[in-house]
Amino acid sequence: MIEASNLTKRYPGGLEAVKDASFLIEAGQMVLITGHSGAGKTTLVKLISTIERPTSGSLVVNGQNLSALGRSAIPHVRRHFGMVFQDQKLLFDRNALNNVLLPLEIAGLPRREAIRRAQAALDKVGLLAREKANPIALSGGEQQRLAIARAVVNRPTILIADEPTGNLDTESGTAILDIFADFHRVGVTVVVATHDQSWIERYHPNVLRLAQGRVVE
Amino acid sequence: MNGWLIHHRAAFAAAFRRLWATPLNTLLSLIVIGIALTLPAFGYVALDNLRDLGRNASGVQQISLFMSLEASKRDVGEIESRLRQAANAKWKFVPKEDALKRMQSSEGMAEIVASLPRNPLPDAFIIDPANTEPEALEILRKEIAGWPKVAHVQLDSAWVKRFDAFLRLGKLALWMLAGLFGAGLVAVTFNTIRLQVMAQSAEIEVARMIGATDGFIRRPFYYFGALQGALGGLLAAALVFAALRLLAGPVGELAALYGGNFSLRPPGIGETLGLATLGAVLGWLGAQLSVSLSLRKLD
Repeated sequence: MIEASNLTKRYPGGLEAVKDASFLIEAGQMVLITGHSGAGKTTLVKLISTIERPTSGSLVVNGQNLSALGRSAIPHVRRHFGMVFQDQKLLFDRNALNNVLLPLEIAGLPRREAIRRAQAALDKVGLLAREKANPIALSGGEQQRLAIARAVVNRPTILIADEPTGNLDTESGTAILDIFADFHRVGVTVVVATHDQSWIERYHPNVLRLAQGRVVE
Repeated sequence: MNGWLIHHRAAFAAAFRRLWATPLNTLLSLIVIGIALTLPAFGYVALDNLRDLGRNASGVQQISLFMSLEASKRDVGEIESRLRQAANAKWKFVPKEDALKRMQSSEGMAEIVASLPRNPLPDAFIIDPANTEPEALEILRKEIAGWPKVAHVQLDSAWVKRFDAFLRLGKLALWMLAGLFGAGLVAVTFNTIRLQVMAQSAEIEVARMIGATDGFIRRPFYYFGALQGALGGLLAAALVFAALRLLAGPVGELAALYGGNFSLRPPGIGETLGLATLGAVLGWLGAQLSVSLSLRKLD
């Protein structure tokens, strides 16, 4: 469960990217955060995933108040999230399998168990046959699927994505949507920031609409 | 296997892979570190050998005790008994008759000795104290001088003091050199790790975003610094060993010319491990400084 009360993020220089936002996302829901460019979608995603700290207000995720978290606790909280970034943030000096292994290395899983789980995650997104490939050799859609595999390999309770289909053609984008829907069906809370309206038509998710940093719907 | 051990094993393996991934850079860094540690290490071994040389040189750091001419066998026994109690030392008794015979056998002395009405030489003791510190020798000399029937006590204290002062000066210079080159080793590691952190900034950023702790990110760099320093230390020990092997022949010949049988002592296993440990500690320190500063820039 994600609950925000009067959540505000003000950047140095005075820009308020998120203003007084209050909302509740129940466990297992699929929620789209939508809005025009500059509406505050990315900032809200960063706040939920603890990449940014709120200026004021409270944000409670799975019973933990993220606003009051100490610096040393943040890495451990992040391990409960699966993060998919708009630019994927894949590592090009590692092959696909080793990209997916990274969260498991961080969690300290034994190597053999980690490889088994990473291969299962690659299989889930249809990339097992390309486990030895360098991400640079993958298409845009495959790179995004690889990023999803890395995000879900740790079996997160919340999957958060920022414009995951932003750079993809329609066909690849639809494939990504289906993968997110699959995870939602097995009980994972899915939070996606996007301006892609096809999500709404296809899956009828809950929608959190932002305009100039405020929740308007 | 618990997570802590898995993390450390993985960090060590990652550090080793980084060393292996750029063999030329690694080799050059090891040579720089090795040379930086070789100079003070060689100085240490040289001073140690010099100290041994000083101890072994005949007459040096020995005390000569001359009894008065009228001293009896009983007096000599008394001195032996006191030496046994007072000094943790080896000694040799030289009876006056033996001293006279030795004098007679010296070239040109036989006639002079024969012309003497009686033996002018006293009984004597040659003492090799265990503690050869100049202060300890001086204290022992004064104590012995106060014993009954002791006419004269001779210690070449000036030579001992000069030698000791030279060793102390050498030791001080060695510490300064070690400090200087130790700082050099830290700087080399600092720069190597700084470049690595820069090259891996993307991986560090991603790892942090998906839950890596500071320890997880820092650990491979620490192991890298320590591993590089330890290998540099071993290289330094090998260089010192090789240098001493080269010098052993000429030094032995020189010692033989002075009638001695001095041989250079190479660094032992303990000293080699000590050098590797010192390198590892300095490498770890350089990594610690570098990672702290570099990660702060990435924050």
